[in-house]
Amino acid sequence: MSMKTKHEWTGYRVGQTVKRTLFYLLVVLLSIVFLSPFLVMITTSFKTNSDAFTLPVKLLPRQWVFENYPKAFETIPYFRYMGNTAFITFFSVLGQLLVTPMVAYSLSKIRWKGSKIISGLIMATMMIPISVTMIPLYRIYSKLHLVNTYIPLILPAFFGRAFYIIIYRQFFAGVPNSLMEAAWIDGANEAQRYIHIALPISKPALTTIGIYAFLDSWSDYLMPLIYITKSDRNTLSLGLQQYISEHTVDWSRLMAAATIFVLPVIVVFVIFQKNFVQGIATSGLKA
Amino acid sequence: MTMRRKHSSMTLLEKRSFRNGLLFALPWIIGFLAFSVYPLCMSLYYGFTQFNAVTTPKWVGLQNFQWLLKDATVKKSLMNTLFMAFVSMPVNLFVALMLASIVVKDFRGRTLARTFFFLPSIIPMVAATMVWIWMFDPTYGYINNVLSAIGIRGPNWLIDARYTKWALVLMGSWTTGTTMLVCMAALQEVPVSYYESAEIDGANGVQKFFRITIPCMAHVLVYQAILSFINSFQYFQQVYIIVTANSGTKMGASLGGPQNSIMMYPLYIFHNAFTYLKMGRAAAMAWVLFVIVAILTVILTRISRRVNENAGVE
Repeated sequence: MSMKTKHEWTGYRVGQTVKRTLFYLLVVLLSIVFLSPFLVMITTSFKTNSDAFTLPVKLLPRQWVFENYPKAFETIPYFRYMGNTAFITFFSVLGQLLVTPMVAYSLSKIRWKGSKIISGLIMATMMIPISVTMIPLYRIYSKLHLVNTYIPLILPAFFGRAFYIIIYRQFFAGVPNSLMEAAWIDGANEAQRYIHIALPISKPALTTIGIYAFLDSWSDYLMPLIYITKSDRNTLSLGLQQYISEHTVDWSRLMAAATIFVLPVIVVFVIFQKNFVQGIATSGLKA
Repeated sequence: MTMRRKHSSMTLLEKRSFRNGLLFALPWIIGFLAFSVYPLCMSLYYGFTQFNAVTTPKWVGLQNFQWLLKDATVKKSLMNTLFMAFVSMPVNLFVALMLASIVVKDFRGRTLARTFFFLPSIIPMVAATMVWIWMFDPTYGYINNVLSAIGIRGPNWLIDARYTKWALVLMGSWTTGTTMLVCMAALQEVPVSYYESAEIDGANGVQKFFRITIPCMAHVLVYQAILSFINSFQYFQQVYIIVTANSGTKMGASLGGPQNSIMMYPLYIFHNAFTYLKMGRAAAMAWVLFVIVAILTVILTRISRRVNENAGVE
């Protein structure tokens, strides 16, 4: 390689600076594009409804108002719905946290005939469309008079979910067997090994699954849509629809309601971002 | 004698771990039987019957399947779904790959950028879709106002049947965060030495991208493409929300959007089941969907495996 002259070096440096600036411009532009729906949601929530429907459209409110929030909470029984959603979410998360590690443990830390078959079946269930199972399940629940209760929304959580089990199994796969074997020599049985070694070791995975279960349950729309028809039993995801009436939509109120609905999700994500990102990156899967 | 004892103790151990393994996996196995196997079988049976939510299913033979072949909306919904599968998938993959190749670089603000790109993917679908409906408003929405600022007259996104599906594609490209993360992880695996030797050979950025980056992560891309393709056949929530919101405000009061342009196959199943209460038809449609997805999964995993093998040979 030939030595660069001084002149060439300056040219190179200028080129790098231009490249860098362009790169940052691209990043900023893309960030704005990806954040814009959030910005729209939040700024609209601080506009009066007439402001939202005034041309030219401006991103920031002409006049900042906070009344949309209290109004949004009155338009629908907001806090009641929030309580309903929190109730469902709590028990769903509980169920997933109880069952997911157990099943994952069985598949990756107990050597038994059948673990491979079960693993394959778990993968296979991920491709079963909800449309296929929803009609028979609805029929059973309605025969048992469980429609309009939260049982259909919570119960499945206590039997594990493929996506979570796979992530958890992936985590266990990275834990050396020697740890478990040492405990076996000490005379611990399977349950003891699970409770005293496997569970404490897998705390990060437990956190990840907890977050996934929280987000999935909090945001769930389809299951409440099928099973909840009494309006006082609604979840927040269903409740948002009620801001849209036959004649008009009060977008400012709807956006205020949506902002509060989304807020816990963003908070949880920001706090636990690391777990979240690792969970996806290692599994290579998409929910 | 000692040999035999050792042997029998081994089987005892095996038996015990079989029992333990089964016990630990039992919750999932019960759930699998109750929430997957049983409904799948019943759904198949229901496909040959006629009933609403409460009545007892009455056997009607192949009638539902004959209806399915003749019904224009079934055909339309299938075409719409295929459109989403074939158009949305490459768009999403492209966006995800672009974002991933940005956040994989080491620069100041990288974590922040990654957060911004990923955040849309975890936002509850209902809230996000509502915001998009508002942004797609032809007069007061931000999208058309931004477009008009650069001299483009935006269409009536959710009202004009020619644009509704493109609105969905646009919406979908906003939530590619998970694919981005997977691509990012794959990009980090590409050995730096490949790029270095390419640089010595005088390769430019574009060449490096197509000759090194893409082949090195082909298996990940193919896998993501497959997942995205199969997921398209389950495309439901967004269209349901849009359609309900639209009919609420009487913009295009139809159960499948303007001229059924966003009537997706799963949406039509849902309407048959819970709006028209023709559960037999819905079950027949759902089983056809299941068979399509199953066949696609088998074919596509074969392809994916072949790509993996090729990657291994290189």
